[in-house]
Amino acid sequence: MSDQSESTGGLTFDKSKRNWPNELNVFGALILIVIIFEILGAIFMGQSLLFDTNDRFESIFNEARLRIIIIQVAIIGILALGVTQVIITAGIDLSSGSVVGATAMIAMSFVQVAEVNGGPNPKAIFGPAFLDLPVLVPVIVGISVGLIAGCINGLLVAYSRIPPFIATLGMMLFARGVAQWWSLGNPVSFPTESYAKIGAGMMPVIIFLSLAVLFHLIMNYTVYGKHTYAIGSNEAAARMSGINVPRHLMLVYMIAGGLAGLAAVILTSKNLTAQSGMGLSYELEAIAMAVIGGVSLFGGRGSIIGTVIGALIIGVITSGFTFLRLGAFYQEMVLGCIIVGAVALDQYQQKRAAMRA
Amino acid sequence: MSDIILETKGLTKHYGGVHALQDADFVLKKGEHVAIMGDNGAGKSTFVRQITGVEQRTRGTVIFDGDEVNFAGPLDAREAGIETVFQTLALADDLNVPDNLFLGREKTKLNWLGPFRLLDYKSMREDTMAGLVKTGVKIPNIKNTIANMSGGQRQCVAIARTATFASKLTIMDEPTAALGVQETAQVENIIRTLKEQGESLILVSHNMRQVFDLVDRIIVFRRGRMVANLRKEDTDGQDVVAYITGAKTGAEYEGAA
Repeated sequence: MSDQSESTGGLTFDKSKRNWPNELNVFGALILIVIIFEILGAIFMGQSLLFDTNDRFESIFNEARLRIIIIQVAIIGILALGVTQVIITAGIDLSSGSVVGATAMIAMSFVQVAEVNGGPNPKAIFGPAFLDLPVLVPVIVGISVGLIAGCINGLLVAYSRIPPFIATLGMMLFARGVAQWWSLGNPVSFPTESYAKIGAGMMPVIIFLSLAVLFHLIMNYTVYGKHTYAIGSNEAAARMSGINVPRHLMLVYMIAGGLAGLAAVILTSKNLTAQSGMGLSYELEAIAMAVIGGVSLFGGRGSIIGTVIGALIIGVITSGFTFLRLGAFYQEMVLGCIIVGAVALDQYQQKRAAMRA
Repeated sequence: MSDIILETKGLTKHYGGVHALQDADFVLKKGEHVAIMGDNGAGKSTFVRQITGVEQRTRGTVIFDGDEVNFAGPLDAREAGIETVFQTLALADDLNVPDNLFLGREKTKLNWLGPFRLLDYKSMREDTMAGLVKTGVKIPNIKNTIANMSGGQRQCVAIARTATFASKLTIMDEPTAALGVQETAQVENIIRTLKEQGESLILVSHNMRQVFDLVDRIIVFRRGRMVANLRKEDTDGQDVVAYITGAKTGAEYEGAA
């Protein structure tokens, strides 16, 4: 502290304290993981993971695999966008996977066709008045169910001061129960053709990326985003600064719920059926994407870009293990290590930053 | 217009059966710097919390800038022109300097977007720079997050809020309690700058030297009551300590405590 000049009275600028965007670290990790798979691929499989080595495609990339990587994370990625915002407020949302399950069952019931193979729909949940409805109905129903679940989470967390872990754990069990009760465990199937288009082909990816851009802008350039970071950073300061913290938390949990509802709509549209077990453990994968992407479980730090890269990391690892013909159990072991590693790294950086200040 | 910026009459706060503050009658003139002293639990912070709307008083009146006021919360007080630098720093560690200065009252564009209205970063940055210049606070890079700053820098940021928002009254609750010597000097310089600019100030402090250096008048609280109202010229450190410890009680407050 002796080298500080008197003119600034202890306010000299230390270049090492400049902010280095954490997203670059996460992106570096993504590149590193890709390189590891490329090397393993070259040694054991004699081919590349991401690049086109057999001249099957027009570009230099293996387009088919790139597409698979992003499609398989797109739907959970949509959940992760909401979960990211919740975690930035220093909360957690364990309910998103179950909300997907419940919403899938309910939304799908509003989109069934009247006739299947010439006969009446054997899986119809409601009477004839609810068959062959316009596509907007199930979409609105789906998002609304998600919003209601998020609203309840928000009320519990913001107004009754129940810890987010417990409140959303309760919602997780409750929503899974709703999913099973809705049709007593039977799948809901046979959606209309227009509904099937929502999740067809690359649509989940387009929706995921559009939402990612939208929420990136919201988190960085709007009052909503600023207050979300402020609450996660120092809730007492946020309250003293006049931010209506409970109302804001309500909004954050509702957005997370609404995104879970939308994810359910896309998932059922893609699979053409809804089952009560849908979305099982999605909440954990969504949290993993956020955490790997540098979102701090202590709140205040993290970004949508980070989470998107986190999602890609999970996508690359999943595809990479399939590519190396290794069983799914190895994949889960490695993912477990990476999640713990990411949090440990975050802790270490936090501690170092605190020591420097 | 009177030249009184703040006046309290019979200000009282009970926490259940605990009488934390009892019938405080207080007057602050415009441009005057007043220190509030007293032992721990004497009612200093309680007094401040009633004025700034952080808590709701049990009874009594608060007159600010000529009008009787009932602040529902700290934001109300702030909008009326009372800036508070809290004992526990009210800063968000992961936000940068302008974000913290404008937290809860951001400058925005496209306000019809409700909670999603856009932040006017440029304008906030300019106002931040102006506020820092006015208070003489030097922060190398206002885009740095608070987490990367020293305790002194943080306190300066908290105080710079005052200057940025052209407030009528600044309240500082132990602004230098956690700071080193050099950083304390920096904060004290800012307080002198505020004095030159005619800013009214209530300073809660335990530091006798600091109080005699900076303020015009000293109020002493003891066990929830005001026990002395001393002009700096008429008193000294030992005298004030006598009031704080209860060895003496001001003539006009006899029988109160």
